[in-house]
Amino acid sequence: MSKMTPYVYVLPCMLLLGIFVYIPLVANFYYSLFSFSALSPMKLFVGLQNFRTLFNDSVVGTALINNVWYCVISVAVQVFLALVIAALLEDRLLSRVSTVLRTTYFLPVLISMTVVALLFSFVYHPKIGLINAALKAFGMKNPPAWTGDPKTAIFSSIIMSQWHSTGYTTMLFIVTIQGISADLYEAAEIDGAGRLQRFFHITVPQVREMMFVTMVTTITGAFLVFNDVYILTQGGPGNASTTLAVYMYRNAFNLDKMGYASAIAVLMLIICMALALIQNKAFRSGKED
Amino acid sequence: MQQTSMVNKTVRKPGKSKNMLPDRKMTPGMAIACFFLLIYFLLIAYPIFWLIMNSLKTYKEIYKNIWAMPQVPQWMNYVNAWNRGVSRYFLNSVLVTGATIVLTIFSAALGSYSLARFRFRGNQLVFMLCMGGMMLSPQVTLIPLYQIIRFLRIKNTYLAMIIPYSAYRIPMMIMLIRSFFLTIPKEMEESACLDGCSDFQIFVRIFLPMSKPILLTCCILIAYYAWNEFLFAMIFVDSESLKTIPTGLMNLRDALQTDWGTLLAGMTISALPLIILFFCMQKHFIRGMTAGAVKG
Repeated sequence: MSKMTPYVYVLPCMLLLGIFVYIPLVANFYYSLFSFSALSPMKLFVGLQNFRTLFNDSVVGTALINNVWYCVISVAVQVFLALVIAALLEDRLLSRVSTVLRTTYFLPVLISMTVVALLFSFVYHPKIGLINAALKAFGMKNPPAWTGDPKTAIFSSIIMSQWHSTGYTTMLFIVTIQGISADLYEAAEIDGAGRLQRFFHITVPQVREMMFVTMVTTITGAFLVFNDVYILTQGGPGNASTTLAVYMYRNAFNLDKMGYASAIAVLMLIICMALALIQNKAFRSGKED
Repeated sequence: MQQTSMVNKTVRKPGKSKNMLPDRKMTPGMAIACFFLLIYFLLIAYPIFWLIMNSLKTYKEIYKNIWAMPQVPQWMNYVNAWNRGVSRYFLNSVLVTGATIVLTIFSAALGSYSLARFRFRGNQLVFMLCMGGMMLSPQVTLIPLYQIIRFLRIKNTYLAMIIPYSAYRIPMMIMLIRSFFLTIPKEMEESACLDGCSDFQIFVRIFLPMSKPILLTCCILIAYYAWNEFLFAMIFVDSESLKTIPTGLMNLRDALQTDWGTLLAGMTISALPLIILFFCMQKHFIRGMTAGAVKG
């Protein structure tokens, strides 16, 4: 074995990671200091001008608020509600139907976002859509326009996203709960602990780590969300349902402001890093007591 | 599994049945919970059922009554969808997914082998780069990546999808494969070395065959990602003839306009492969998704 062997073996993956992940990551900071268009080789150095524009851009504000809504609702549904659903499915009372239920809940996870969003364009269709057809049948005269109304557009996308992803975290919690020793539950039952007590005193502490993992991925996912919004509403009407990632895409590939788009990407990276760090700290400090 | 074993225990130890009994009864709280689970079930199942039913209807039928069942199942919708581009997108998706799996598994397994078996200067750095890579998402590197893809002259080729997909999957795959490789006992390779195996032969003859379960898990994870990937596919590829299913369907929607039945048929065809894969390999699938989440 020569000294070089281990290096030769890590070379392919390091090359791929270096060229397509790490160089772009660093280059993105550099790009954010320039003003340039995709096709011209000329780059104009503008210093922190892009970031100044960023802080005064009302669309960035709208996008941030939308991302926060995404985050809050996704955490509530995909972390907390999913945990409750998983605990229910693992309850002995439901053991006969739990397989069918959890498989069904998981199905949307397997369907690509394009198919889901196209499907939901029929669900939300203002005239013939499933929701409005039902609402009209119940006598509602002016049902909401869902994706067409600036007020509801982002929530249409958020609801669709929960429909798509809740089954995934539910599955993760189910697997974790199945790993909890049955003795713990039996001991609690002998002591006369009811369902709620068992949930709060055994299930919740035992799934803490998985809660942390799903929390981190859900929160970062919420601040990076692109596909759901882009395919369903394109960030519209106007910029009402835009998110940071959609706005970045629009600046880069529709408005050809590559430098400004890079600055938005820097903002997204900083938000995600900060949130991950805060959560990591919170998780660690919680572990000690 | 666990549930049956728990049930067996209650059967075997009748002394405990007194404590167990209340949980077998329906309480008001559980009744509400069951009702909620049923609603959730319908919310998921109905739209999927609706998708399949309406893919068999004509435009008029859909427009007139979105809730109704098809009068005569329009199987032609599926043939039309297939001929109007879905076959092409499908083939592209298979190609891109297959190539991504091969490239990712090859480079990640080789890298993991190096990390698990050799001590070398910089191995910590390599490990850190992989860990860090899992935290990074494509969105934040998109613009420089676009420039690099253009610089390498691979924009609008299959490679513009395969290579970035691979690069972004490698970190997690290395974590999964490396930790599996670490469990392979040293004696295995020592006995192989007596026969005069080279490092690479040990890798190919011992490590790879012994790691089949984790490699299968990795394949599923990569397939899941590559089959559904949208962002790179949309930005790095323009040609109709190279589009994969997620981006191709967007084209199909624009091309078909109001031919909704055909569009819905195309959507159904696109969703099928992963659903079939899931039902065939449920255990591996769930194991993969769980491992992926914990490591990611």
